[in-house]
Amino acid sequence: MTSRRDITLDRRAVVARILRDRGDALLVTGLGSTTWDAAAAGDHANNFYLWGAMGSAAMVGLGLALAQPQRRVLVITGDGEQLMGLGGIATIAVQRPPNLSLVVIDNESYGETGMQDTHTKHGVDLAGIATAAGFAHSTTVYNDDELEASVSVIYQQTGPIFTAVKVTTTPVATVLPPRDGPYLKNRFRQSLLGNKATGAC
Amino acid sequence: MTDTQPWADEIFDVLKQADVRQVAYVPDAGHIRLIERSQNDPTLKTIALTTEEEGIGIIAGAWLGGERGVLLMQSSGVGNCINMLSMIQECRFPFLTLVTMRGQWGEFNPWQVPMGQGTKPVLENMGIIVQPVDTADTLAETVDAAAHLAFDAYRAVAVLISQRIIGFKNWGDDQP
Repeated sequence: MTSRRDITLDRRAVVARILRDRGDALLVTGLGSTTWDAAAAGDHANNFYLWGAMGSAAMVGLGLALAQPQRRVLVITGDGEQLMGLGGIATIAVQRPPNLSLVVIDNESYGETGMQDTHTKHGVDLAGIATAAGFAHSTTVYNDDELEASVSVIYQQTGPIFTAVKVTTTPVATVLPPRDGPYLKNRFRQSLLGNKATGAC
Repeated sequence: MTDTQPWADEIFDVLKQADVRQVAYVPDAGHIRLIERSQNDPTLKTIALTTEEEGIGIIAGAWLGGERGVLLMQSSGVGNCINMLSMIQECRFPFLTLVTMRGQWGEFNPWQVPMGQGTKPVLENMGIIVQPVDTADTLAETVDAAAHLAFDAYRAVAVLISQRIIGFKNWGDDQP
């Protein structure tokens, strides 16, 4: 268990801060709040938002990172979403993708279902799990100074990198990005791959 | 078992021809030869999973990044994938999986029967095109056709490899 510290960071400000430095990074978000957070920071063709398939955001990031080893791949998901795919942390650690950063925006709650506690509320330490699995870097962020220090790690250090950011449960507006699956998939591929995306000759 | 799987070498050649680059799998006796061949090919990325559903996300992510993937699993693993297949259907991701069957032909373990019998309807209910194969001589051509359907026609396809081909597990003569 990690030591408990005061939680003061706002999720929207955290996600906006991280994405401010994204450059040409590719982004996958987990269903629910982190998809709204990314939309609030600004829709982008290099974003692939999950609206379902809970527990798979990090795995989509892994497949993408393996396919695009020259690009930084960022996954931003929630604590509940990642808890549903805990085994994926082990799978990523074994693959050791140097270009993959996994960020968990951890409000210790299931935001879409009524703010029930997740296991992190009761001491489960996701960064500790990532460390134990073998991630190259793993940390938990509680304040702005730690966030600033972590942003350069997220984008520049050799991965896989795990960053849990503890955020408050203060309500934020729901901001919806596009949700049509084929549109999101094809837009992302067109942006990344150009005409190769459609198989047009 | 490896020596008795010449069909696995044929499938391997088909997957190479189809330009598959990511091979995700949960270790399985029926796929042992295909997994070994994939691991020994430096142009392929092999991804061992803790549970089959991880493979759905990986295959989707691979396609987003411009690579083709395949998921190798046993029929019991199909049950682990159900909700993740929502993403395949909704986004119309090309998807190819090769499923070795249990609970189907000469099964000894009764606990394998429910998911083995449920595999085809479950996949079909989640929008996957299912192509069962009962004989080794039609397996490679079926995988080849399934790969075209998946990657050229952007469809989700499962090839079910019968226990009749794999050979059923030998439990010895001293079982009750």
